[in-house]
Amino acid sequence: MDIEKITQLRQQIQIICQQPNKVLSDEDKLLSSGLIDSFSLIDLALIVEDIFKVRIEDTELSTDSFDSFADLLNLIKMKLDE
Amino acid sequence: MNKNFTQTLHDFALDLPKKVAIVLVQTGKEDIALNYETLYQNASRYAAFFSTLGIRKGDIILLLLNHSIDLIYIYWGAVLVGAIPSIQPFLTEKLQPEVYKTELGALINFTKPKMIFTYDQFYDEILTNLPQVKVPIVTSSFISKSLSDDYQTLYAGIDQEPEDIALIQHSSGTTGIKKGVALSHLAIFNQINAYSKAIQLHNSDVIVSWLPLYHDMGLIACFLLPILSGNSLILMSPFDWVKSPVKLLRLVTHYQGTLTWLPNFAFNFLSKKIRDHELEQIDLQTWRAVINCSEPIYFESMQLFQNRFQKYGLRKTALSSCYAMAENVFCVSQSTPFAPPVVDWIDPVQMSKNEIAIPKPRSEAGVPSVSSGKIIKNVQVRIVDENFTSLGNRRIGEVTIRSDCLFTEYLNNPGATLDAFKDDWYLTGDYGYLVDDELFITGRKKDLIIVGGRNIYPQDIENLIIGIKGVYPGRVVAFGIPDEITGTEDVVVIAETETKNPIFRERIADAIRKKVTKEASVALRRVYVVDHGWLIKTSSGKLSRAANRNKLLKIIEK
Repeated sequence: MDIEKITQLRQQIQIICQQPNKVLSDEDKLLSSGLIDSFSLIDLALIVEDIFKVRIEDTELSTDSFDSFADLLNLIKMKLDE
Repeated sequence: MNKNFTQTLHDFALDLPKKVAIVLVQTGKEDIALNYETLYQNASRYAAFFSTLGIRKGDIILLLLNHSIDLIYIYWGAVLVGAIPSIQPFLTEKLQPEVYKTELGALINFTKPKMIFTYDQFYDEILTNLPQVKVPIVTSSFISKSLSDDYQTLYAGIDQEPEDIALIQHSSGTTGIKKGVALSHLAIFNQINAYSKAIQLHNSDVIVSWLPLYHDMGLIACFLLPILSGNSLILMSPFDWVKSPVKLLRLVTHYQGTLTWLPNFAFNFLSKKIRDHELEQIDLQTWRAVINCSEPIYFESMQLFQNRFQKYGLRKTALSSCYAMAENVFCVSQSTPFAPPVVDWIDPVQMSKNEIAIPKPRSEAGVPSVSSGKIIKNVQVRIVDENFTSLGNRRIGEVTIRSDCLFTEYLNNPGATLDAFKDDWYLTGDYGYLVDDELFITGRKKDLIIVGGRNIYPQDIENLIIGIKGVYPGRVVAFGIPDEITGTEDVVVIAETETKNPIFRERIADAIRKKVTKEASVALRRVYVVDHGWLIKTSSGKLSRAANRNKLLKIIEK
């Protein structure tokens, strides 16, 4: 995957996480830790859609599909490969 | 007029057997339509089982269930035996189970329920080892195994008196004990009758809702009102809505929905989080009222919504407003149907200096104040000053109410019940003004913060922060400020410290965010770590949230 896009995604997630100074690690739990609250889940989907031109279904916005940043990248990669 | 819930549901099952009562909408599943006959029959099967469990008239039972067929049948089954079902927040995504468990433990000790109903999986993952809980927990699979076709048509609920308690609404605290608002059948029917007239409810109205059922707007306006009026309700889960807000509009389109209630932030959320391509098939012409309620109403949010959806058929006259509270069952005032809410352009300087709303045109820097509508027929409103003297038109004071639908008591809390009234007027704790019978809400006496319809008590947030390393002991305030982008309030924290080092200050701010997110499930958009001595105290030596809020707002303005 394009490194620039991944960096862009990381920056955008930091903005919606309400923790502007936090450096997001690949293993940080985004959903189960409450870093991304329920109202921001859709922002995450819209960001991924904008950057990678893939669609995250609303049914995928749950810990069953991904939790950490690394999980999210895997999900995007899977969609890009489809 | 009917005297209780059971009688009413029973009558609809006989009179309107095939009319759709509820369409349950769940992501990834077929919609389930229940008519009044099916609803009553299944509720009776559940009631038969509840009788064998020993659930009796007046018993409180807690429902830890999300929007599902189980929730609907358990709720109405409990009603039929005359129990008091209380729907509590459900936990998804296993978010902060420890916080959830602590709150639930406190609630159980406080309300002393007879039984708790939940799902097997939820029981296994969350409810095992719940501290200090001795209440039997019954799971949905146990119920479905135990149901039989041997049931009666009438249970003890049919004999309930109008004064008997029908439900308990828990005002949501961030942590700790909540107040349980106990409401009688009579109060609820009085509210439904008056409110139905105020919104001109017709038997052809279709209510579409995503609201949670542990909140008065969801439970009263979008669950009990339609079902106890013989209307049809299209019900989706808040968890599904928040992930895909367009689904609400699809349901309005598909089921020709006419009425929806939303907190103010939802007007922004719907306007901003839906892509144009998702709206291609949307037709909102049937929507006759979209009622803004339960949060401060922003003129900008209403405009945003109108501008975004008018080309999809949204009528300007559909925008509506309402002022409501659990203590009055629900509505106090409602804007006139088929007309947008009145907007009063007023002088902001006169308002803050002299507590009066003097008209000032928009062109001369007047600010908009959206009316919460006209006082409904069974409610009286008095605006009073601190000496409890009535104030005239346009004078701002505390909103106090009297009605035939007020709550019976705060459960197990006679002191709080007594304090809530003065000379049989209920003190709402909200500030507002009247222009004839048109009510405008301007603020709150209590320092309560409302974020997305959820009540947050600043002292709960402050207590979490006090022990954080680097925060000057006792020198923290939390309050809300309006955020026009999200259409709700932002929680602000200001904490004093002795360190001047910006890196240490950032660490303190991060520690505050982390702790509050983890233990109170509140996202803090603004945390300010400031010099010792920055915060303003009142004359009695306490930190003043209001004064510090004003100080911050002035700095932000600059």
